[in-house]
Amino acid sequence: MDPIHQFQIQNLLTFGHIGGYEIAFTNSALFMLIALAVIAALTIGATSSRALVPGRMQSVAEMSYEFVADTLRSSAGSEGMKFFPLVFSLFMFILVVNMIGLIPYTFTVTSHIIITVSLALVVFLTVVVYGLYKHGLHFLKLFVPSGIPIYILPLVTFIEVLSFLSRPVSHSVRLFANMLAGHITLKVFGGFVVMLGSLGFLGSLGAILPLGMTVALTALELLVAVLQAYVFAILTCIYINDAIHPGH
Amino acid sequence: MADKKQADDARDRNGRDQPSAEEAALSARLRDLGKQLGRHQFDGPSDSEPGQRSTTDASAMARGFRLSTELVAGVLVGAGIGWLIDRWVGTTPLGMIVFLLLGFAAGVLNVMRVAGVVATNTLDPPDKRQ
Repeated sequence: MDPIHQFQIQNLLTFGHIGGYEIAFTNSALFMLIALAVIAALTIGATSSRALVPGRMQSVAEMSYEFVADTLRSSAGSEGMKFFPLVFSLFMFILVVNMIGLIPYTFTVTSHIIITVSLALVVFLTVVVYGLYKHGLHFLKLFVPSGIPIYILPLVTFIEVLSFLSRPVSHSVRLFANMLAGHITLKVFGGFVVMLGSLGFLGSLGAILPLGMTVALTALELLVAVLQAYVFAILTCIYINDAIHPGH
Repeated sequence: MADKKQADDARDRNGRDQPSAEEAALSARLRDLGKQLGRHQFDGPSDSEPGQRSTTDASAMARGFRLSTELVAGVLVGAGIGWLIDRWVGTTPLGMIVFLLLGFAAGVLNVMRVAGVVATNTLDPPDKRQ
């Protein structure tokens, strides 16, 4: 009945040790591969028929493509479309991984901060590297607002830098915290049902309340799973827009 | 509503003006239609203008999720940098105090940007600010 137990990393297959660290195939890696297989099945398998009038699965694949493309185009312009593979991969991976995590007895990959930090750092470094490559030092003008008196400019610039540095933190913590908290809440209410149910007739009667709560929370978690993938994708678009047009 | 009125005005003007203005009215109506279609394409209003980092195209709930973490992230980053500087330089309470405050300011700035209170891009010309 431990609500944290579901987040435990288990080694399924140990390859060896490198520098004192165990290199193993874990349950997290397994569910990442499952997510990859689901995405591949959706995007490659469902569109292989190339029907002019799409079937059900092909429609899903096309809609997800169009949704991400429109989101990216509307926030970063057509120039941002060169980052479409990155944004689409992030969106689909987070969405599918969150969805798989909702199925009982599965593992939620995004409930570990190391995963979300890695994803957020990929976005952050892409923005910094591409911004510096495209604009050179002009990219740093992102931190220097115009129309600010010279005597408070250093302070404002410093706050802007801190605000920029806090992006990967909020980007990763949001996804991780939402998935972790949601799954713990679900587990706790599920535990209430079992505990009350073992207390005889009155207990079973009382167990209806947390059971209803669990049903409602599952619906909420479904919403959160989709919404967090969307938020992650749209923030990626917004940050990429910074790299393409830093202060124009 | 404003778009409709504009289109009506354009049509009125064309009635009186030369016939070539009719084409202008037609294209204005087309543009209006395109705008309305664009608005209906997603949940949120879409903005096809590149460069305008509007947060309005995220749905309200997505924005709510963003608001809740932006402030915390700013404070955390400020505290982290302060702690590191204290460790390296040895100015134990000072760096933490200063950077925590600066981080708080950065967090508030983040929140205000998400809420659209200040311009998302401070280098935008004033007319583009929201």
